[in-house]
Amino acid sequence: MEKNLGQVFKNGLVDENPTFVQLLGMCPTLAVTTSATNGLAMGLATTTVLVGSNLVISAMRNIIPDKIRIPAFIVIIATFVTIIEMFMHAYAIDLYASLGLFIPLIVVNCVILGRAESFASKNTAPASIVDGLGMGLGFAGALTILGSIRELLGVGSIFGFTILGGSFKPAIMMILPPGAFLTLGLLIALYQHSKIKKEGR
Amino acid sequence: MSLFAIFISALFVNNFVLSRFLGICPFLGVSKKVETSVGMSMAVTFVMLLASLITYMLQVLVLERFGLGYLQTIMFILVIASLVQLVEMFMKKASPTLYEALGVYLPLITTNCAVLGLAILNIQMEFNLIELVVNSVGAALGFSMAIILFAGIRERLELSNMPRAMQGFPIALISAGLMAMAFLGFAGFSIG
Repeated sequence: MEKNLGQVFKNGLVDENPTFVQLLGMCPTLAVTTSATNGLAMGLATTTVLVGSNLVISAMRNIIPDKIRIPAFIVIIATFVTIIEMFMHAYAIDLYASLGLFIPLIVVNCVILGRAESFASKNTAPASIVDGLGMGLGFAGALTILGSIRELLGVGSIFGFTILGGSFKPAIMMILPPGAFLTLGLLIALYQHSKIKKEGR
Repeated sequence: MSLFAIFISALFVNNFVLSRFLGICPFLGVSKKVETSVGMSMAVTFVMLLASLITYMLQVLVLERFGLGYLQTIMFILVIASLVQLVEMFMKKASPTLYEALGVYLPLITTNCAVLGLAILNIQMEFNLIELVVNSVGAALGFSMAIILFAGIRERLELSNMPRAMQGFPIALISAGLMAMAFLGFAGFSIG
């Protein structure tokens, strides 16, 4: 099954965006987006795991027996997560501390297992790498947008740079849990609104 | 910390769903009807309790003794996956209707962050066995409470009139946000 690689990439990034369209991987999406930096870091860590696991799973797809494929996938994914966790612990201790529990929890991010099951187990290794990149960057993009909005309204800055200074009174609510639900809810409503408008035309 | 404080903190103050963001997938996915959400929360409670006990034993008796701490994530997820398989086989026999209703979300308990999150948190907080059981019961009940309350709200939402863009997920997320806001009220509690 050969697919146009550009199309595969765009599919993950926009058309089937894991956060806004498929609504997968909600836990890290809501939990770590208290700032743009955290959102981006989480997105990139997930992308790395996704590309690695997609590559290994697609390369081994003819060896793994069908009946035990899910445990096999999970072990492969958990291996990559452990690698990332050790890497971040060694080279980015600040991020390691602020993402905390949610680094090992990349294992149970539905986006990764979902792509393993629905794409990597049926496609060639190069296509799976592209799919992993597209989906991962789509996820990272969504997390960065969400993180930027929450950081802007909750602290008045983006990526740590003050934007709304002086008279702006930050709404702490936005970086607390309710802010995460409200922001994502409104963003998805916006997305659906633009889709409905497009259909109406 | 006293046992009571641990329990209340796990149940309300650090509610797994609404303040720690663990287990959001089933929280949004299986909360359309109160009945299915009760079944789901029972299954998750069972898996959470067993998983946190078994992973604790593994951590103390195997991983720490032999210095294999780096295998924690892989070991834990395998334990959880096999427990979920067990629950699935049991439910298929004992309650086929519930099994049908839960559908794909039953095997997905494996990828429910609440279960793995609880197992890892228990180790991180350095609880002893009794504290661990209390914390796990609190967390599991907190999850059940949140999902059942939310299902009640969503049943009402089905009947109400709203703009098309808000239907489905957006309004569900916003209601969850309002619930989380209510739960923030517990954050002011200090229990000695």
